[in-house]
Amino acid sequence: MSVFDGLRFRRVSSPIHQLDPRAKFFYVCVMFVIAVMFNELLPLILLFLIQIPFVFVAGVQREWIRSLRGAAFLAIIIFGFNFLFSYLYSYYEPSYALEYSLAMALRFIVLVESFSVFFLTTSPDHLGLALEQSHVPYEFCFAFTTAVRFVPVLAEEAQTIMDAQKARGLELERGNFIKRIRNYIPILIPLIVNAIRRSLELAEAMESRAWGATEKRTNLYMLRLGKPDYVLALMSVLMLVLAVYVRLSIPVPRLAMILRI
Amino acid sequence: MIKVKDVSFTYPNGVEALREVSLTIQDGEFVAIMGQNGAGKTTLVKHFNGLLKPTSGNVLVDGVNTRKMSVAALARKVGFVFQNPDHQLFCETVEDEVAFALRNFGFKERTIKKRVAWALNLLDLTEYRKTSPFMLSGGERKRVALASVLAWNPKVVILDEPTIGQDHKQKERLRQFIVQLTAQQKTVVIVTHDVEFVAECNPHVVLMAQGKIVAEGGAKQVLTNPDLVTQASIVPPQITQIFLELADLGLPTDLIDIYEAREALLNFLEANP
Repeated sequence: MSVFDGLRFRRVSSPIHQLDPRAKFFYVCVMFVIAVMFNELLPLILLFLIQIPFVFVAGVQREWIRSLRGAAFLAIIIFGFNFLFSYLYSYYEPSYALEYSLAMALRFIVLVESFSVFFLTTSPDHLGLALEQSHVPYEFCFAFTTAVRFVPVLAEEAQTIMDAQKARGLELERGNFIKRIRNYIPILIPLIVNAIRRSLELAEAMESRAWGATEKRTNLYMLRLGKPDYVLALMSVLMLVLAVYVRLSIPVPRLAMILRI
Repeated sequence: MIKVKDVSFTYPNGVEALREVSLTIQDGEFVAIMGQNGAGKTTLVKHFNGLLKPTSGNVLVDGVNTRKMSVAALARKVGFVFQNPDHQLFCETVEDEVAFALRNFGFKERTIKKRVAWALNLLDLTEYRKTSPFMLSGGERKRVALASVLAWNPKVVILDEPTIGQDHKQKERLRQFIVQLTAQQKTVVIVTHDVEFVAECNPHVVLMAQGKIVAEGGAKQVLTNPDLVTQASIVPPQITQIFLELADLGLPTDLIDIYEAREALLNFLEANP
C-alpha cells in the first residue's frame, strides 16, 4: 500500500503545486520517454537526480521517499530477473549484466518517481479541470476525478472490513500462499459489493441534483498557462531534444568504463 | 473482566483518540459507552478485542494483556458486532455467514451445525437459512451479523451502535435480547448515541468526551445530570427533560424510567389535590 501513499495528494502550496497540471504532465511524459529511450545506467542516474530538486521545492520529501520505498520491492524483483536472464542468455561479462539490470531497476524507479511527483503535487480537482480544458468529454473527467476522490474512502472502508472479519476470527497471515490469497475473499466481497452499491447511490444522488441538466458547463476557476509553466514546458522540450541527440549521435559510455579511466 | 489501565491511543495520522482512559468492566455487567461523534467510543471498544493496541497503557482481558494475544484468540472471548453489517457479510447463504467464524475457530462440523441452528433460531432467522444475506433488509442483515457473532458464544459481547436504523419494535427485541444475555452472566458492552434506548435499558453508563471518560455510573445518575450530559453533547432522555422543566414544582429530577415517572406524577397529584 505504501506505493499508493506516495501518490496521495496533500493540499499545500509550493511553486510546484501551483504549476499548471498540463505543463507538469508534459514534463512527466518527457521524463517517461527519455527513461524508456536509454538502457544505460549513466543517463538514468542523471534522470533520477534531475527530479530531486522538484521534490524538495514542492516539500513532499516524506511522501516521495515512502513511494520509493514501496517501489523498491518491485525494483529489486526487476533487477533480479534482468540480472538472471542477461547473465544466463548473453555472452557479455557479468559486470555488463550487472550494470544493465541495475539500469532496468533504476528506470522503473525513475518512472515511479516522476509520476509520484506529479500526483503528489497536483490536486484531483486541478487534474479534472486540466482534462476538461483539454476537451475531454465532461463525463470522463467526472468519472476520473470521482475515482481519484474515492480512493481514500475505499482504503478506509477496507480497513474497517478487515477489522470486522478479524473480529470474527479471520487470520489473514495464516496458511500457505494459496490459502493466504483465499483469506482475502471475505474482505474483497464486501468491499466490492459496497463500492457498487455506493456508485449506484452516487448516481441517484447526482441525478436528483440535476446532473447534466446544462449542456454547456462553465467553471468558476480556469487554468491558465503562466510564465513558469512555459519555462517548464520549454525545459522539457530541450531535455527531450538533447536526449534524442545523445541517443542518435553519441555512444553512451558505460559506467564501468568511466570508472576504469 | 476487562481492565483498561491509563490507555492512550493515537492513530497513525496523528489524531489523539484516547487520553489516559481507565475503566474496569466486571463479568456479567451491562455497560453503555456514550458520547458525541469522535469522542473515542469505538476506538476504546476496539481495544477490548485487540483490534487496536494501546499507544501507551495496557488493556487486560481476564488478566491477559491484549498486546500478547492475537485478535483471533481474543475474539473467541470477546465478540464484536460492527455497526454496519455490510462490512462483514460476504457468504452465499445466511447459514454460511453464521458458520464462518465457527470454521475460523476450528469447531467441528457437527458442533457448527448445532450452533448455527441455535443462533439462527435465537435471532428468528431460521426461515432465511438458505437466503443470500444481500437479499435481506437492513434490520435483518444486522441480525445476521449479530447471530454470526453470538454463534460462538463469546463471554463478552460488544455491540457498536446496535440501534441505528432499527425501528421501535426491533429495538425492543434487542433490549430483551440484551437482558437475556446478561441473565446468562455475559458481559454486554454497547456503544451508542441513543439516549432513549439507554434510558429504557438502564445499564451502567460510561460517558466520554474528547478521548476521556468524563463520567461513569448508573444510567439514572449520569443521564439526569444536566452538566455531564451537556459536556458530552448529548440530550437527556425525554422523561428527564420533562422532569427537569417541572423541577420548580418540587418533583424529583432524577427519573429516566417511564413507570417511575408515572408513579412520581401520581404521588404528586395525590399530595396536591
